[in-house]
Amino acid sequence: MSLTDPQSVRRQPSRRGAELLLLICAWALGVLGTLQIGWATGEGTPGRLWVTVAVVGALALVMHLVVRWKARYADPILLPVATLLTILGLVMIYRIDVAAAQRAERNNAPPPTPDVYAQLTWFAIAVVLFVAALILVKDHRRLQRYTYSFGLLGLFLLVLPLAPIIGTTVNGATLWVRIGGLSFQPAEVAKILLTLFFAGYLVVKRDSLALVRTKFLGLGFPQVRDLGPLVIAWAVSLGVLVFERDLGTSLLFFGLFITMLYIATQRRSWLILGSIFFAIGAYLAYQLFEHVHNRVTVWLDPWTYADTTGYQIVQSLYGFANGGIMGAGLGQGFPNFVPFANTDFIVAAIGEELGLTGMFALLLLYAVLIERGLRAAVSVRDSFGQLLAAGLSITLALQVFVIVGGVTRLIPLTGLTTPFLSYGGSSLVANWVIIALLIRISDRARRPDIQHFDADDALTQVVRRV
Amino acid sequence: MSELALTLIRLAFLGLLWLFVLLTIFVLRRDLRQPAETRPTGRARPVKAPKPAKVARQAKVRGTKLVVTEGPLTGTVIPLNTAQVTIGRAPDSTVVIEDDYASSRHARVYPAEGAWVVEDLGSTNGTWIDRTRITTPTVLPVGAPLRVGRTTLQLQR
Repeated sequence: MSLTDPQSVRRQPSRRGAELLLLICAWALGVLGTLQIGWATGEGTPGRLWVTVAVVGALALVMHLVVRWKARYADPILLPVATLLTILGLVMIYRIDVAAAQRAERNNAPPPTPDVYAQLTWFAIAVVLFVAALILVKDHRRLQRYTYSFGLLGLFLLVLPLAPIIGTTVNGATLWVRIGGLSFQPAEVAKILLTLFFAGYLVVKRDSLALVRTKFLGLGFPQVRDLGPLVIAWAVSLGVLVFERDLGTSLLFFGLFITMLYIATQRRSWLILGSIFFAIGAYLAYQLFEHVHNRVTVWLDPWTYADTTGYQIVQSLYGFANGGIMGAGLGQGFPNFVPFANTDFIVAAIGEELGLTGMFALLLLYAVLIERGLRAAVSVRDSFGQLLAAGLSITLALQVFVIVGGVTRLIPLTGLTTPFLSYGGSSLVANWVIIALLIRISDRARRPDIQHFDADDALTQVVRRV
Repeated sequence: MSELALTLIRLAFLGLLWLFVLLTIFVLRRDLRQPAETRPTGRARPVKAPKPAKVARQAKVRGTKLVVTEGPLTGTVIPLNTAQVTIGRAPDSTVVIEDDYASSRHARVYPAEGAWVVEDLGSTNGTWIDRTRITTPTVLPVGAPLRVGRTTLQLQR
């Protein structure tokens, strides 16, 4: 009888087959895209193509097998969607490499070094870290023990680019750390560490943060002394803005903290307070810093500055216009007209060559990815896991919103990488670690575990109330 | 490569991209339906409420474990020995359920006269055995669904 048999409860399918099918589909898209670029640009199929394709396939397969082995019940969507985004990024970077090489050839300039192989190497490193994260973090709840260590390490990494000698300023933003020949953006790693810290901190402190002391306009506002963390988060993100001149990262951290505070306490007053703080910060930054001021002026009227500060955004808009509904076709647009086409503006290149149809598909992929992360947050039972999964998904969501909004001129442009797509190692690696953590949490959420309760040590065994 | 072939490949690429998106949504949709089917009380295998006569006969038999058959803790087994089991949202309950429809100290199950007895501890939404809301300590028959908030437990032998 089904009713009395607890075994019948555990037949939750693992859905690993669906994951494999989607991964193969993603890989096939990458092969087709690369071939199309080869044919359309007259480059043909370069010899290294098949090696590259095989390596990407092998990396995807390794991740699939590790998920099968270590997180059997994980969400089947997360891995293939992230893989497809990475593959689309590789394809687009290859496309821009080809365009740059052809331009150099026309100008009789020495051919530039292609970026796609560096990105592929970073993808391999990301896969190694993904596998390591899944193997080392057997249970995400263990991460809660290191709340404050993560917080301190995160802050340390955040200020690291300001350090003498190793800190490097590129294009006006002090974001990079260069040790030897290697450079990376510590803020990308700090993003994960600070999410871990916020999650751990808010789980413990949420009750006092949810306390209502004063009622104003029908909304309960927290006590003044509980504002501390909010003020600190605000100050830190402003500090990043002032000293590292990085608008994107500062926006990301502030947005992340406010949303997590809201999720933890379920108080709308935090959102309102956060918006007020944001408005103050934004106004101050606009008044005090020239680069912020510039960004806003260009955003409001890019055409006036089309040859100077607005060149990038105007080229990006031309790209989207050239793409139209169905896109120019891979290899048939002019993506390298936009400076930084393979990092900040990769979305513009995709918009041009794949058109509105491709952009919608791309944004849907992001939406699905973020929804699956939030789904894991809703269904996992422990509150640390809930906050962590929600925070990680929101990091991705904010990043996509800030950069895609900037490139399409919905909001002022701020430099952030597009998750998984952009050329850049630190971002790719960090986002893959986020996916590993989300997979770990979703595995915990969906695992049909039969826990054995013992009334005697029930206090330690029971699932804590959220 | 001819213009026509390139256009076809271009459309094929977009088509494949959307195929991926649709496949994802298809998997998602199946995924949303799945848990309901695997749940023992789901559509696929409806739970028959035990007949009253049977309940009376089974009431004398002591169960040895409480199994959660519905709700967030589905599949959880709570072995019963001699101690009472408390159910509620309070963190010190034996079975801590995360459920807005449950009270902090919702109900307790304790042994008496060779059977397991359920007592409602003044919960807001009540404790139910099958379709009946209990007002006094009531003997919990083996196999009958005990409902606390959105969680259903079952006494098993």
